[in-house]
Amino acid sequence: MKRFRSFAQIQKSLNEKNASCLDVVNYYLAQINQRKHLNAFLEVFDQEAKDRAVQIDQKIQAGKAGRLAGMVVGLKDVFCYQGHKLQAASKILEDFESQFTATCVQRLLDEDAIIIGRLNCDEFAMGSSNENSAFGPVLNAENENRVPGGSSGGSAVAVQANLCTVALGSDTGGSIRQPAAFCGVIGIKPTYSRVSRYGLLAYASSFDTIGVFSNTIEDNALALEIMAGKDDFDSTVSSRPVPEYHKKLGFEGKAKIAYLKETLESEGLNDEVRQNFIDTIDRLKEEGHEVEAVDFPLLKYALPTYYILITAESSSNLSRYDGVRYGYRSPNTLNMESMYKKSRSEGFGEEVQRRIMLGTFVLSASYYDAFYTKAQKVRRLIKNKVQDLLETHGFLVMPTTPTTAFELGSHTQNPLEMYLADLFTVQASVAGVPSISIPNGKDSDGMPFGLQIMANFFEEEKLYAFSNTMLK
Amino acid sequence: MKIDKDTLHKLAHLARLELREEDGPGMMKDLEEILTWVEQLNEIDTEGVEPITNMSFETNVFRSDEVKNQLPHDSALKNAPKKDEGFFRVPKFLD
Repeated sequence: MKRFRSFAQIQKSLNEKNASCLDVVNYYLAQINQRKHLNAFLEVFDQEAKDRAVQIDQKIQAGKAGRLAGMVVGLKDVFCYQGHKLQAASKILEDFESQFTATCVQRLLDEDAIIIGRLNCDEFAMGSSNENSAFGPVLNAENENRVPGGSSGGSAVAVQANLCTVALGSDTGGSIRQPAAFCGVIGIKPTYSRVSRYGLLAYASSFDTIGVFSNTIEDNALALEIMAGKDDFDSTVSSRPVPEYHKKLGFEGKAKIAYLKETLESEGLNDEVRQNFIDTIDRLKEEGHEVEAVDFPLLKYALPTYYILITAESSSNLSRYDGVRYGYRSPNTLNMESMYKKSRSEGFGEEVQRRIMLGTFVLSASYYDAFYTKAQKVRRLIKNKVQDLLETHGFLVMPTTPTTAFELGSHTQNPLEMYLADLFTVQASVAGVPSISIPNGKDSDGMPFGLQIMANFFEEEKLYAFSNTMLK
Repeated sequence: MKIDKDTLHKLAHLARLELREEDGPGMMKDLEEILTWVEQLNEIDTEGVEPITNMSFETNVFRSDEVKNQLPHDSALKNAPKKDEGFFRVPKFLD
């Protein structure tokens, strides 16, 4: 059977009539079936995907197919898709069925993409290893004793193991970039507000972004440009026009690139990751780019700032799961209060409850100013500094993660230890700027390194072009 | 940052969570550790800095006040754990 690793390959086969959309879907279904033990999919829409493939094949014959005809997409379990289950990998949304479709998903469907299933993740996207799922961890296809990263672990592995062409993920503090790095695939977190959040389960609303996992920059750019842009159902989404990212993938000229001295001095930075990054800097210099080390003393404060703000926002966002209108309701309740408490305690997992408790604390009357307001102030400082830096330098580069993919179960005892996996990804989330992780070689155990590249607000086009050049 | 048992239970109540007795000490320890760690923000001088409350670049997004994109009644009730013909059902809360 033909193998497909990118949408370009699929399109070539379709154009040359070597394969139909149905063949493409059957190829991915066979792959999914063969690699079930990776636990990437929570649900496969097999019959539906086949039926849709047949319809799209007819559209192709009639010359009426959309731009994504033949692209097979997996959805992280945080996106509404009408008539389909949605659970955020949590017990509390048991049997929930979406009553409408997220804007980003609808836009892909409108261009004839085929949705093949729902992908495993950390519960409510809270985690860095995909071990917080009510459905068990996802395994890294490169080494099945290692985590795939999180929270979009299923999405990363689905692309890594060729179970779909591209996968959607959400990134609040690194949930696309970190697993992309751990699995050796491409993952972008666009500028905050670039893609409508309508139909995305809310976690931390001032951080949540929607992005794409792919094997090629071209696929990533195409999917993002179709999803991005103005939407009547999200008043925060940017009304700026969306460039045709996938058409301008050549980077010309020499870039002025910054890296942070603090990155290399970070305590948690693994030696091989450090060396890989130093080699990358040398390579960039050899290629004629201007690379400069800059000071960014605020770097170490990005992570604590992030944890104060996201726990606050999530404690508020997750108050909707109360057992009244949808989801799990505890059978052991006598009155309203015990219904709320028991449903939530039995339905939410440990990490989700920990974050709700923390968020409740930092928002409580006595501590609000000392923690929440303080973090909002530091966030402004970090955002301004990042923006200044990206005005004088075209790109900011750093390792995506301080280590490569770690062993399953190795960081589950201490939550703080797990939080450090996001050390380098939260900066872009706190600032709101776009950031991409691209594969950058492998360590001595064969686990992938990720290189993270950031650009200024709404500079996705430049980010894609530069990344594409780096990968050539 | 010290979290005592009272604070822990008050927080759990505010968050409408019910901590199991055996989970109390672990949760207390985690909260203390994490809060102590985030307190490093106090090292930064934020005098005169305006807290940031909105990350969007849009201002005053208006639309006309028309009813659209409604969820039909039966769809809204579809996922209810308990319902009757037209309403969500909850335990009795008024005597």
